[in-house]
Amino acid sequence: SERLKIPPQEMPAQEPDVRKNNVEEVALGYTEEEARLEAMRCIQCKNAPCVEGCPVRINIKDFVGAIADGDDQKAMEIIQQNQLLAAVCGRVCPQEIQCQAKCTVGLRYKDPTMAVSIGRLERFVADKFLDNDMTPKIAPETGKKVAVVGSGPGGIVVAGECRRAGHDVTIFEAFHKPGGVMVYGIPEFRLPKALVQKEIDKLIKMGVKLECNFLVGRTRTVKQLMNEDGFQAVYIGVGAGLPKFMNIEGEQLVGVYSANEYLTRANLMKAYDFGKGADTPIARSKKVAVFGGGNVAMDSARTALRLGAEEVYLIYRRSEAEMPARIEEIHHAKEEGVKFLILQNPKRILGDDKARVRAVECLRYELGEPDDSGRRRPVPIEGSEFEIEVDTAIVAIGNGANPLLQQTTPGLKFNKWGNIEVDDNCKTSIEGVYAGGDIVLGAATVILAMGQGRIAAQSINEYLKSG
Amino acid sequence: MPHKIVNKNQLSENVYRIEVEAANIASARKPGQFVIVGISTEYSERIPLTIAGADADKGTITLIFQAVGKSTAEMANLEVGDSIDNIVGPLGQPTHIEKFGTVVCVGGGIGNAPLLPIAKGLKEAGNKIISIIGARTKELIILEDEFKAISDELTVVTDDGSYGRKALVTEPLKEVCSRGEKPALAVAIGPTPMMKFCCLTTKEFDVPTVVSLNTIMIDGTGMCGGCRVEVGGETKFVCVDGPEFDGHKVNFDLMMKRMNAYKDLEQEALDKYKEHRCKIGLDK
Ligand SMILES: Cc1cc2nc3c(=O)[nH]c(=O)nc-3n(C[C@H](O)[C@H](O)[C@H](O)COP(=O)(O)OP(=O)(O)OC[C@H]3O[C@@H](n4cnc5c(N)ncnc54)[C@H](O)[C@@H]3O)c2cc1C
Ligand SMILES: Cc1cc2nc3c(=O)[nH]c(=O)nc-3n(C[C@H](O)[C@H](O)[C@H](O)COP(=O)(O)OP(=O)(O)OC[C@H]3O[C@@H](n4cnc5c(N)ncnc54)[C@H](O)[C@@H]3O)c2cc1C
Ligand code: SF4
Ligand code: SF4
Ligand code: FES
Ligand SMILES: [Mg+2]
Repeated sequence: SERLKIPPQEMPAQEPDVRKNNVEEVALGYTEEEARLEAMRCIQCKNAPCVEGCPVRINIKDFVGAIADGDDQKAMEIIQQNQLLAAVCGRVCPQEIQCQAKCTVGLRYKDPTMAVSIGRLERFVADKFLDNDMTPKIAPETGKKVAVVGSGPGGIVVAGECRRAGHDVTIFEAFHKPGGVMVYGIPEFRLPKALVQKEIDKLIKMGVKLECNFLVGRTRTVKQLMNEDGFQAVYIGVGAGLPKFMNIEGEQLVGVYSANEYLTRANLMKAYDFGKGADTPIARSKKVAVFGGGNVAMDSARTALRLGAEEVYLIYRRSEAEMPARIEEIHHAKEEGVKFLILQNPKRILGDDKARVRAVECLRYELGEPDDSGRRRPVPIEGSEFEIEVDTAIVAIGNGANPLLQQTTPGLKFNKWGNIEVDDNCKTSIEGVYAGGDIVLGAATVILAMGQGRIAAQSINEYLKSG
Repeated sequence: MPHKIVNKNQLSENVYRIEVEAANIASARKPGQFVIVGISTEYSERIPLTIAGADADKGTITLIFQAVGKSTAEMANLEVGDSIDNIVGPLGQPTHIEKFGTVVCVGGGIGNAPLLPIAKGLKEAGNKIISIIGARTKELIILEDEFKAISDELTVVTDDGSYGRKALVTEPLKEVCSRGEKPALAVAIGPTPMMKFCCLTTKEFDVPTVVSLNTIMIDGTGMCGGCRVEVGGETKFVCVDGPEFDGHKVNFDLMMKRMNAYKDLEQEALDKYKEHRCKIGLDK
């Protein structure tokens, strides 16, 4: 058909040489024209398999159809039925393994990059209506109190949904700024902080209360919130805040960071403005090694470039096909000059007499038999050690569960990895306590945290009806 | 929510005590715990400070800090009625307090501030408290009266002999350890080299020693690992596993190197801040 002849619309982006010197957003968003053309590539499949691929089941076919018809307002209304953070997810969802992976157009070409760019279209619509006041209607006050612990995407969804049901909702956030990983982890150049702040502002306008600098488990315990402070229900969405290290020699050296530390200094604390207002320092690196192959590793590597590093090496144990990072991030990182050292892994980090990082000693790997995950297992090649000179090393191999709530909430059940156990309704082992997002799933995604937030909010609203 | 400063006084050259509103923290805190302070939200860094005291009824906590760099200098310039934007806590594990018998409490310089609530708690638990407090010179001895009030014995030392005994704290510490009745526990808090040498001293006598570490922190919740230290060959996060550790197991040398990670940048920030304040005519 005619539609299949329309080429996929590229996303305008800042030029690599320009963008690696600033922290502004890389991808610039579709123009009206581009969005219309891209939306017209959708063939409006009868069964709309794309919807199955979206964890929150956005009615993709209809919203894309509305854009093609030039009715962006309608598109927004459709998206909002299932999605509170469209501007965020349109930017950071791993679409190529979710909605777009199922898209008939992509499948027809046997090329996922040929799929309809659902995420970009979602972003286009969300950005267009960003400043519109679409504050949802709030049901009459119920007088019931809900505590939301953690202000990540899951917490934001729960707060919004429970407030809409008329409950008195307070978000408790440990950091001085709300937004969770969306503000302290994912960099500005991928997800502008102002977007997240807009979502928070919306909640405040709806009457949600926000208490930052409040570490549940220390400032008050979950039990105190329920027994003394009158909260009838609690949602725990504290994320996966425990950095993993590799337990190799030299990890204590000056210049070795966890990705969490590096990104928190850079993003939340704005270390890129050190000397221009911001007080939090960060290493002035020349040569940086990043260990890992996920989004967190890409973000660290690209942040290092923006902080002025001349060489950034991304060291990954498996091959590029196995990298868990989003394709777009890998592509952007390469364009910006990050050097990919695949099938290599650090063995130890070497320091100078001041205990500062001087080099990483790596081993080369080859791919062996498939392991439990079905991916071919990387096996070290004996005697293949070599050194790479660097002054900074960033460990980006993932996050585990922070043990604070486990230590301070007796009766709350955790699995052996320290993740909270919940049933299908996101209910925990304590009556009135619900949980979701990374603290339940292990390090996952924004949209999965939001999906759980929705389920938890429904359960809470149901529970408070009877309770 | 901003935290108003309701009281302020200067304890010695560069050392200040402020009492600041923080009701939740005042009622939750226990000896040995700390807060993280961010003076203003946009650009301030997050700096850990020990809770030196609290008044749960008034809803205030007391912080005692030494102006050593940009952030603490900026804090020193806040006056009663001014506010601090962000204070989170109480953080860290509380001190393990029980009746041990005789406890020797050693404080160096600003370390007396975190030591005081611990010594107080130990006294209230029925321990005999032998305190040794020291500083470089007379002007820098802080909280002497407060220590006098809770100690069964108090020794004051200065490096230059301008006040009390001319000695390093390790000298009287060694004497206390060599007495017939050896202390059941030592608590040493102060500059890292001081803690290191106190631990070397007590180790000779097999006196278990608790130290409170002050590594560089950011979140203070176990999220970043920036505060990590090596204790008994294992990696520990000071903000959640500590701040107190068995001093005989701490790798102080490595810790000191990590604490110097940003020396150049910190100096730069301080210089810029001073220059700025001079320009706008605020410097005192
Ligand atoms: C660098 C990086 C890049 C990523 N990139 C992507 C991406 O491109 N796409 C994608 O979909 N996902 C990405 N993710 C994953 C995604 O950000 C997370 O899966 C998601 O944010 C989890 O949401 P959450 O609701 O569990 O809360 P989180 O976002 O983890 O937030 C939890 C919040 O709880 C607070 N908190 C913790 N403990 C307490 C306590 N005791 N009391 C009060 N507050 C507390 C924390 O300070 C934090 O603000 C990335 C993650 C990282 C680290
Ligand atoms: C648990 C704990 C409790 C503390 N309690 C007190 C206290 O009660 N009173 C007090 O005066 N000081 C205390 N400190 C030390 C205090 O945090 C630092 O002096 C302060 O951060 C210095 O900030 P600055 O910008 O003024 O100085 P800078 O010039 O930036 O730093 C001076 C030195 O302080 C250390 N430092 C710098 N940034 C940090 C940071 N983010 N976290 C920790 N250390 C840092 C470094 O070793 C640095 O070289 C404590 C530290 C810890 C970890
Ligand atoms: S939320 Fe994510 S998965 Fe769902 S349609 Fe949007 S981009 Fe696709
Ligand atoms: S699968 Fe692709 S082509 Fe089909 S409706 Fe969904 S977006 Fe359109
Ligand atoms: S300060 Fe971040 S883990 Fe301790
Ligand atoms: Mg500083």
